[in-house]
Amino acid sequence: MDILGTLSGLVQESGFAGFLAAGGWKNLIMIAVACVLLYLGIGKKFEPLLMVGIAFGVLLTNIPGGGLYHMGMWDSYVYEAPYDVMYDYALYNKAETRAYTQEEFTYYVYARACGHSEAEIEAYFEDHKASGSDIYTDVMNLMASPDFDQSLVERLQADEKGETEWEVKNELSFTDIIHLGGLLDILYIGVKAGIYPCLIFIGIGAMTDFGPLISRPSSLILGAAAQLGVFLAFFGAVAMGFTGPEAGSIGIIGGADGPTAILTTSKLAPHLLGPIAIAAYSYMALIPLIQPPIMRALTTKKEREVKMEQTRPVSKVEKIVFPILVATFIILLIPSTAPLIGCLMFGNLLRETGCTDRLSDTAQNALMNIVTLFLGISVGATTVASRFLNLQTLMIIALGLIAFSLSTVGGLLVGKLMYVVTGGKVNPLIGSAGVSAVPMAARVAQVEGQKANPSNFLLMHAMGPNVAGVIGSAIAAGFLLKIFGA
Amino acid sequence: MDKMPIFPDALVNAVMGYGVVFVGLILLMAVVVIMGKAMTAKKAAPQAAATGSAPAPAAAPAKDGPVAPGVAGQIALHDVGDKDAAMIMAIVADKLGKPLNELRFKSIKEVK
Repeated sequence: MDILGTLSGLVQESGFAGFLAAGGWKNLIMIAVACVLLYLGIGKKFEPLLMVGIAFGVLLTNIPGGGLYHMGMWDSYVYEAPYDVMYDYALYNKAETRAYTQEEFTYYVYARACGHSEAEIEAYFEDHKASGSDIYTDVMNLMASPDFDQSLVERLQADEKGETEWEVKNELSFTDIIHLGGLLDILYIGVKAGIYPCLIFIGIGAMTDFGPLISRPSSLILGAAAQLGVFLAFFGAVAMGFTGPEAGSIGIIGGADGPTAILTTSKLAPHLLGPIAIAAYSYMALIPLIQPPIMRALTTKKEREVKMEQTRPVSKVEKIVFPILVATFIILLIPSTAPLIGCLMFGNLLRETGCTDRLSDTAQNALMNIVTLFLGISVGATTVASRFLNLQTLMIIALGLIAFSLSTVGGLLVGKLMYVVTGGKVNPLIGSAGVSAVPMAARVAQVEGQKANPSNFLLMHAMGPNVAGVIGSAIAAGFLLKIFGA
Repeated sequence: MDKMPIFPDALVNAVMGYGVVFVGLILLMAVVVIMGKAMTAKKAAPQAAATGSAPAPAAAPAKDGPVAPGVAGQIALHDVGDKDAAMIMAIVADKLGKPLNELRFKSIKEVK
C-alpha cells in the first residue's frame, strides 16, 4: 500500500490546497467577506433573517472543494434540454456513477459513441479483467470504427483538459442540475425559476395591512414617485457600460424590495445576483442611516412638524375586495407583474378573508421562514470569488446606494408637492416611506416626524406610501422584465 | 434589446418606465377611490334609511336620562379614536380599582 501516495493525495485534494491554487486567495477574501456579513447580520442586526443565510451561503460556496455550488453549471443552463443533450447527459452520468477509472471511462464513452450497448461494454470489462488487454489499443480500434460519433470525441477531449462534466456539455436543464449539481445548485433552482421570491411575496401579502392605503389612496402617488431611483440608476448603469438587462437589475435595488430585486436579477442578469442581493438587503438594513439626512435636507422644520388628520376607517369588505381588485387590475395593465402582484395579493386575501386564518398563519410564519432560509443561502452561494471580486461589484454597490437615495428624494419631492397642494395637510416625510422596505421606511418617517414635533404620529400615515411602494416596485420590475424580454 | 449602447434608448426607457409606474398607480388610485366611494355609499344608504324611518327622539336617548346598568353612558371624544378611548377608560378603571360600569366618563380630549 502506498501510504505516502495516499497521504499526498489527501493533502492535494483538501480544501486547504485549494487556497494555494491559482486564484485561491480570492476564496480567502470571500470567506472574510462572509464573516463581515455574518457580523453585520448577527452583531448589528442588519436584516438578520436574510443576511445570516446569505453570509453563510457566501462562506459555503467559497470553501474550495466543497462542490456545493457550480457557477459554470448555471452558465450552461437552458430552459429546455434537447433530446440529444439528455442522451449525452445520461451517458456521462452513467459513466460517473459506475466509478470507472480514467481509461475505463474513455473506453465506455468511445464504445457508446460507436453504438455499443451497456451489456456489451460490461462484457468487455469482464474480459479485460481476465485477459489484461490494453484498453487504449481497443479505444483506437473503436475510433477507427465507421460507427464512431466524432462529436463525442470533442467532448471527451474537453474533459481531458481538466474541464468538468457539465463544462463538456453546452446546455443543461434543471433535471441535469438535480443530477449533477451540489446541494446549493439544487436549492438555487428555486431562485432561478422565480419560486422563492414569489412565495416570499405571499408571506409579505399575508403580513401587510393595506388599510392605510385604502383609506388614503393618494399614497399610491408617493409609492410611484419613490421609484425614481430605479430608473435613474438604470440610466446611470447604462452610462457606466452595463448592458440593458444588467442595468435594469441594478436599478431595481432602488425599489428597496429584496424579493423583487432577486426575481428581476435572476431573470435578467443572474451572474450579478450575489452583489445585487447583498447590496439590496444591506441598504434596506441601513435605511435608518441613509434616509434621515436626505429627509432633513429636503424638508423644512415646519413641513416636518405637520400633524396629519386621522383617515377614515376601512371596512372588512373593502379589505377583502382590495387584493382581488388590485391583482386583476395591475396584471391586466402590466401582465409581466403577474408573479409578484398575484402572490402579494393572494397572501393579503388569505389575511383578510377571515376564514383562511390557518393558511394566512402558515404564509406569515412557517412558509416565510422556510423560503427565507433557502433563499438566503442559495443567493449567498452565487458569490463565487472569481465572479464577485471585481470592479463591477463595487460599481453595483455604488449604484445601489445612489438608487436608494434617489428613490427617497423622489418620494420626498412629491410629498412636498402634496404638502403645497393640500395646503399643508400632508407631511412630506411620509413620501420617503414610498421606497418600500416595509415597515422600516415608515418607522424612519415616524422617528423623524417625532423629532420635529414630539406629539406627531406619522407611522400609520407612512404605512400607506410604504405598502404602495411594494406595488410600485413590482410594476417597475414588471416593466424592466417586459422590455428586456425575460 | 439585449444590449443598450445608445444613451437616448436608455433615457427613453428610463422615462417611459417611470411614467408607466406613475400611470399604473394613478389608475389604481382611481380604482381604489371608486371602490371606497361605492363602499361608503352602500354603507351610508341603510343608515340613512334607518334614520329616516325611525323618529328622531327615539333614536337619540335623552342626554341627562338615567343610564342603564353596565353602560358607561355618553362620552364626547375630541381628536381621540374609539380604540384609544376604550384603552384609556380601561386603564383608568384599573388604576382606580373600580369596575368600568361604575364609572362615568364625560369626555376625553387629546392635550396638544
